[in-house]
This record gives sequence, structure tokens and C-alpha cells, in this order.
Amino acid sequence: MTAEEAAVEAVSDPVAGSRPAREGAPVLEIEDLHVSFPTEDGRVRAVRGVSYRVHRGEALGIVGESGSGKSVASLAVMGLLPRGAEVRGAARVLGEQVLHLPDEELSRVRGERIAMIFQDPLTSLNPVYTVGRQIAEAVRAHRAVSERKALERAVELLGAVGIPRPEERVRSYPHELSGGMRQRVVIAIAMANDPDVMIADEPTTALDVTVQAQVLEALEAARRHTGAALVLITHDLGVVAGHVDRVAVMYAGRVVEEGPVDAVFSRPRMPYTLGLLGSRPRLDEERVRRLAPISGAPPTLLAPPPGCPFAPRCPMAEDRCTAEEPPLRSVGAGRTAACHFSERLEEDGADTLFGRPDRAPPSTAPPAPDGAAPLLSAKGLVKHFPVRSKGVVRRRIGDVHAVCGVSLDLREHETLALVGESGCGKSTTARLLLRLLTPDAGTVEFEGADIAGLPRARLRRLRQDMQIVFQDPFASLDPRMTVAEIIAEPLRIHGLYRERGGAADVQRLLRTVGLGPEHGARYPHEFSGGQRQRIGIARALALRPRTLILDEPVSALDVSIQAGVVNLLEDLQEEFGLAYLFVSHDLSVVRHIADRVAVMYLGKVVESGPADRLFTSPTHPYTQTLVSAIPLPDPRKERRRQRILVTGDVPSPSSPPSGCRFRTRCPKFADTLSPAEQSRCIEEEPPLDPWAAGHLTACHYAEERALWSEGP
Amino acid sequence: MSETVRDGAPPPPRGRLRTVAARFARHRPAMAGLAALAALVLFAFAGPLLWTWDHTVSGEIPSSAPPGPEHPLGTTSAGNDVLGQLMRGMQQTLKVAFTVTVLATVVGSVWGAVAGYFRGWVDAVLMRAVDVLLIVPLLVVVAAVGGNVRGGTTWYGVALVIAAFAWTPISRVVRGVVLSLREQEFVEAARAAGASHARIVFRHLLPNAAGPIIVAATLLIAVAILVEAAMSFLGFGIQAPDVSLGLMVQHAKTAAFTRPWLFYPPGLAIVLIALVINFIGDGLRDALDPRQAMVRS
Repeated sequence: MTAEEAAVEAVSDPVAGSRPAREGAPVLEIEDLHVSFPTEDGRVRAVRGVSYRVHRGEALGIVGESGSGKSVASLAVMGLLPRGAEVRGAARVLGEQVLHLPDEELSRVRGERIAMIFQDPLTSLNPVYTVGRQIAEAVRAHRAVSERKALERAVELLGAVGIPRPEERVRSYPHELSGGMRQRVVIAIAMANDPDVMIADEPTTALDVTVQAQVLEALEAARRHTGAALVLITHDLGVVAGHVDRVAVMYAGRVVEEGPVDAVFSRPRMPYTLGLLGSRPRLDEERVRRLAPISGAPPTLLAPPPGCPFAPRCPMAEDRCTAEEPPLRSVGAGRTAACHFSERLEEDGADTLFGRPDRAPPSTAPPAPDGAAPLLSAKGLVKHFPVRSKGVVRRRIGDVHAVCGVSLDLREHETLALVGESGCGKSTTARLLLRLLTPDAGTVEFEGADIAGLPRARLRRLRQDMQIVFQDPFASLDPRMTVAEIIAEPLRIHGLYRERGGAADVQRLLRTVGLGPEHGARYPHEFSGGQRQRIGIARALALRPRTLILDEPVSALDVSIQAGVVNLLEDLQEEFGLAYLFVSHDLSVVRHIADRVAVMYLGKVVESGPADRLFTSPTHPYTQTLVSAIPLPDPRKERRRQRILVTGDVPSPSSPPSGCRFRTRCPKFADTLSPAEQSRCIEEEPPLDPWAAGHLTACHYAEERALWSEGP
Repeated sequence: MSETVRDGAPPPPRGRLRTVAARFARHRPAMAGLAALAALVLFAFAGPLLWTWDHTVSGEIPSSAPPGPEHPLGTTSAGNDVLGQLMRGMQQTLKVAFTVTVLATVVGSVWGAVAGYFRGWVDAVLMRAVDVLLIVPLLVVVAAVGGNVRGGTTWYGVALVIAAFAWTPISRVVRGVVLSLREQEFVEAARAAGASHARIVFRHLLPNAAGPIIVAATLLIAVAILVEAAMSFLGFGIQAPDVSLGLMVQHAKTAAFTRPWLFYPPGLAIVLIALVINFIGDGLRDALDPRQAMVRS
């Protein structure tokens, strides 16, 4: 009985929340960890001598791009590596070595002392058990408590991670919960036994930004409740900035820089860290200059070259760098960095080091004045997808309202960004504009001519003026064709291949996107993600279109690669005067590249206007929450920012709420409106009305809100 | 001048066939298979020109003689030379098997690709037709009409009848593959570039479905040989005095222990053909797939 009470007690009496100073022995200590995997091509050395310590109550962020070994290191600690992986070194939890422990003994440590939170909340929960039962199972795996007591604790844990009505939710199955809720359930399971360390591996990568903010809050709550140390593994510098005390940057299987988060972000001592920070566009920065990209791509870990793994991409590399791998050495109070010349970085910013190309003066790229006739214009676009019953008859049992009355104008030489969370209909809208899908209602005009009802032959002519670049650089290129064939295909389809110069034109296109003519003979799988995206851009440019529809063109790329592709898109726009429709959920990139922005929510545009206005003083509550949910890669600003948190997830687009579609999650509706005002939101759908010049908003109670007011 | 590529598969650029051939040449089992197939074809088609006896009964041939210097594979009770029969039988069988495979693969692939690409009512109509063919047992049909239609006794008549039934499994395989391929972004990219349906089907979907198609086609060869044998037995296929490998096995099945020289030569020949075709199919599949790094190096 006492054990049960103690178990429950631990939850109801949270450990005091403030971040305790480092003291005593570390709860998790990793020393000189090496992991390698056998592959057909040879042994891949995924982790090469990683060491770090985490103290009680401390949060350590591990940042790295894909393939940097950041996840492998923590999987090794949990004993979850695939068979055949060779692990050397030491990992101690509360002083006890856990590497090479037999599975049974490791199970005692797992869950009880270390808990792991994975990226995909759908696959880490068992679909056939209720979430309450799964949390209770985790409790009972380590403690002798009754089923009833364990369920009570499950309710308590669900409340702690911010799930509303936990008493009802314990009886839900995973599929009844949204992605954000599921991830919070996973966090609740991790908390179940008051672990000493929680390892969260990309916990928010699969989630939308507004939901990401909720899950990060839940992680904070979990830390406050359990007093556990947190290891937060992510590729997103913004996520790390606001939620950890110290940060370790990994590159090519090693930690290349470590230190207090403020110091690392403000004065990086390793060129790679500096490059990462400089290559990421920032939501709080004016759109003035090009990004500073890091050239090249991360090395393969099959046979790492002898020197510094970053040397081939590093602008300050010298002979010594390619000869000798720099050790991780102390570079100031509590900081380490692996660079021979880190002292030289005292003064340099990313711009000087990586040579941020200056944006051409804005006069060469004038967005057409508001009065000019739009190149591409959509009015009242509607697209519903039928939902059919299972079985032979397949009756139509409902509709997914993907796009409901969207109107857009795209002018020559302009970038219009279409932003929103997943399922808001932005990609469907893009496909409607291209007539890859046929709208149920509404018109699309290109240069004043309606294309919605165009016959196939005329439509084909139109394809020369409008092209698309896709999100997934792996699925969007036919694996059976060479790169030259892929780029030439649009020309061949339109019978222009010979006329435009055949192979020479293909080589010109390859050069335009920064690839060499010799790349034409190779197949797509031989290229990296960034290069493949360039091939996709070359294909889109082949017909010399005037409009490009960019469907999340950089979302699948690593941060250091993204900047190069974004810069390329900007260069191309200037060179060819292209109009871009830039579909994205990444507001930081949008802020950097867009002239105007349209924000979509559940199939409708809720606010549109010039990018600067929209990001500095948005009027629609949804835009406000969206902007405030984007994490900034700046620890000080991130901590001081005012946040507008929304509750819940996006409602199902097959039965959108009446009146204003955002009202179910709207913080303004919930907190400041009177019942009389609320009823207007419920009954009357707000029209998209002008707010200021070129700025439209669809809210009955729209109000500008400055989001960047900072304290002194 | 403008090159008008309207519909259908445009000829692939010259380099492509050569690269596929070069990759195929580096695939050892496939090259061995190709050599063995060449030997088998030579044996079946050029052999009869050199050998004394053909497949027919002759008064000079002793009855039921075991293999010896005069008749290396022995003779039948009626007085046929088994080696002569084997060459003729292999000839007929190869002709039937290849015709069936080519016809069934082409028809089945296109049928399945069209159904999977267009979906909707096109898919429903095409695949219900496949279902109907699948539930009608070929051999029962053959047994019912076999006695009346004598045209089926020529090798191409037999091949046509088998092919008419044998393409359905291939169409189902290809439809399944195409259903998932059509959702890939490269198909959407081709549509956005203005590609016609025919171009998408022939240039993008079918090449990417080549792996499963080739596997299904190689399996089909063995099936065609066995079905041909069964049809002969029912009185519809190739009839005596002509022979096929299937017919020879059929006749000799009771003699496997008493006169093994009648049973094993055609039996082993069938196994050999199927094996050789499988090796070649493997090599083709790998050579057509640019992602097979192992073959490239």
C-alpha cells in the first residue's frame, strides 16, 4: 500500500520547477562512445568518440543534420541498436555502466531511469490498447501497484502533460487522438516512473508548429514534474534555443561544439555552428540579404578522411585541417569546440566567414504595383474530395472540404507564399491552379484567360508558362531515367527539344541550377537531396515558364542545404523575372523569400497581405498564433517572447465548424470575447475583408498585434 | 523544325540501350543463362539438320531399345528415335512458350497499367473482364471444344489459346504496382509538364514496373510449357506424330521406372529451359534498374 501511495505521491508533489545548477554526479554520462554498422559498402562509423554529461534537472540539446549520428548515440544508450552494430565506450546512468548490459537488466534501467520519446507518436503506441492501459502498463512494469491505482496515475499523468479531460481520454485508443495528443501520451508514458533522464529524439518533427508548441510545453511540464534531466535531440536550432540549458552540436559522428546555449548561439566557436546559424532564415529578420549557405554536403562516414570532417566545406580551412582531426578542447567557461582555429572566430560572423552574397538592390526586382493586372488569378476555388464507405458499393458518405472558396492573385515577378498547417488545403490549391486537379467551382485565370474549362490541347500550351517543383526530391524524379532525360522530357513533350538546342540546352539548364554538364548522364539516386531538388528545378525551368509553383521546395532538405536552394530560387527569379507561388509551412523561409503571404486555415484564406506587415503586425488570431509558435534560433529572444498558445488540434476538414472555422481553437474567442460577441463567430462566417492597403483579414474582431515587442 | 512526340513511347536515347546491355553483360549468371539458351535453341533448330533420324516412326528403328551407339537416347515402343523426338519437341515447346510469354506479357502489362492508371470505371471494366477469364478454367474449356476444333493442333494455335488465358495474372500484378506508382510525384511532374496519358503509361509507369513484370514473365514460361503438355493430353494441343516436350513427358509418365530414357530427357529439358529463363530474367531486371549498384561496379 505504501509503495502505491508513494508512486502517486511523486506526481502530485512536483519537484520545484526552477532549473537547478549543475551539482553532484551527472545522471547520464557518455564517454568516448563509438558506434559502427556493417553495410554492403563497408563499415559505417556513425558515432566516433562522443562524450557528454547531463546533470539532474538539466536540459541538454543535441543538434545535428541527418546522418550526424545524433540519434544513434542515444539509441546506443537505450540498447536499441540493431544487431550487428558495434558499440565501444561507456554510458553511465547514475554511475552504472549500461552499455553491454544483458537485455533483462537493461529493461530495469529503461523506463525506470531513462525514458525515451520517439519522433513518430503513431508507431510508438500500440493501436489495440487504450492509452490509459498503455500508461498503466508502463507504471506496473516497474512498480507493484494495482491496476486501479495505475490507471489513476495514468489520469494524473495525462493531466500533467496538458491533455484536457484526462478521465475520459484514458479510455481512448491511439487512433482517436490527434498527433499532438498522441505525442503527449508518449511523454506521459515516459514520465510514468519518474525517470532520471528523458531522451526525446526529434519529438516534434512530425507535428505542425502550433502543435509543436504544445508538445514542447508538455515536455517542460514533464521536466518540472519529475525533475528529470532532458536530452533533446533535434535538427531545429529554434526548438533547442528556447528549451535547453546547454547545447551540443554534432557533425559527422562527433560533437564539434558544446556549451551553454546562450554562449553557443551568440558566439559560436566552430565554423560549422556558425554556418548552421547563418544558413537558416530568421523570422525576426527583415528580408534584406541572401542567406549564407554552407557549400558542399556532409561527408560519408564509410571512410572518413583523416582531417577535420568539416574541412572540405569550411571557408577557413588550412593545410593543418585536412591533416589532423581537431580534438574537442576547452574554449572558455564550460565550453568546448573541435576546431584548430576557434580563437579566430571571436569576431567573425557567419556573413564574413561564409560570404553571404548581397541581395541585388531591390530596384531590380520590383513587385508589380497593386494596380497591375495579375498574371495568375484564382477566384472562389472549391475542391471537395469524396469520402467513400468501405466495401463493394462504396457509397459517398461525406466530403473532405479541402479548399473552400480560395481567391488569390499572383503578379509578375512576385513571390506569393501560401502558408498553413498540414491539411489546410495549400497543396490542393497549388494543384488546382495548375489544373493537376479540376476545381469543383471557381475560376483560374492566366493572363486574363480562364483555364478551368480549357480543353486538353490548349491546356498543354499553358503548361509551358506554369511549372511546378515538388517537395520530395526522391519521389519527384523518375528513377529509371537519367538526369538529362528527366530535364529534357518537358521539351520533348512540347516538341521543342531540337528547336531549343537539344543536349546543349539541357547542359545550360544544369549549369543554371548549379550542376555540371557531366551530371546529365547519371541517375537520380546518385545525387544528394539538395542536388536532386536542383534537378527538379531545372526540369521546371526547361520550358522557360513565367510562373513556378513551389510546393514545399526546401522542407525535405537539411538546414545547411536549404540555404543554397533558397538562394538559387531567388537568383532565378531575378534572372528570369519569374513569379513564384511558394507553398510552405516554414514561416522562417517564407519571411525570407515572400513579397506577399496568404495564410490558410481549413481550406480558407484567413489573412493575406505584404509579408512584412503580416509578420510584424498580424490581425487574425490564427496568424498571430502561427507566428508566435515558430521557435527562434536565439535563446534570449526565445525566452522573452510573448507566446500565444492555442489549444487542441485542427478540426477534421470533413466537418468544419460553423461560422468562423478557427473559433474552436481561437485564443481570442476563448479569452476575451463576450458571449454575445462569441455567438457572432459561431453563426456568421467572417468574410475576407480589406484591413489596410493590400492587407485582407477574415476575422470579425481583427486587431493588429505587435509580436516583436521586446522587453528591455 | 520541331520534333513532334505526340503519343506512345518515344525511342529511348541511344546511350540507354547500350548501358542496359553493358550492365546485363556484367551479370554472370544471366550471361551463362543466355549462352545456355543459345545452345538449347541451336540444338532444337539446327540439330535436326545434322541428325539421321527425325521424330517420326521409322521401320528401320528397333522398338524400345535402351540408349546405345545407334540411338544415343534410346527408342520408343512404336519405333521413334528419342533424340530426334527431343529436338523436334524442344523446337515446338520453345516456339509455344516464347509466343505465349511475349503475347501475354505485352497484353497483360498494358491492360493492367491502363486499369491502374485511369482507375474508376475503366479499372472496373478491365478488371472484371480479368476476373471472368480467371474463373473460367482453361483446361475445361479446352476439353469441351478440343474435339471439335482441329485448328488448335498447330503450334501457333496452341500458343494463341494459352496466351488468351495466361495474361490475366500479369495484368493484376502490373495494376497493383501501377496503383502505387501513379501516386508518386514524378508522375505528377510529367502531368504538369503536359505529358499525354500514353506517354505516362509507356515512358514512366511500365519501365518502373519492369521488375515485377519480368519476374511474372519468367514464371509464365514454365507455366506455358506445362499447360501445353496438359492440352496435348486432352487432345487439343500438338498431336502425334508431331511432338512437344510436354507430350513426351505425358506419354512416358508410366515408363519412368521401366524405360527411364523416355522420361528423363524431355523432363530435364523442361527444367533446364525454365532455369535458364529465370537466370536471364534476373539479369534483365537488374540491368533495367539503375539503382542496382552491385551490378554497376
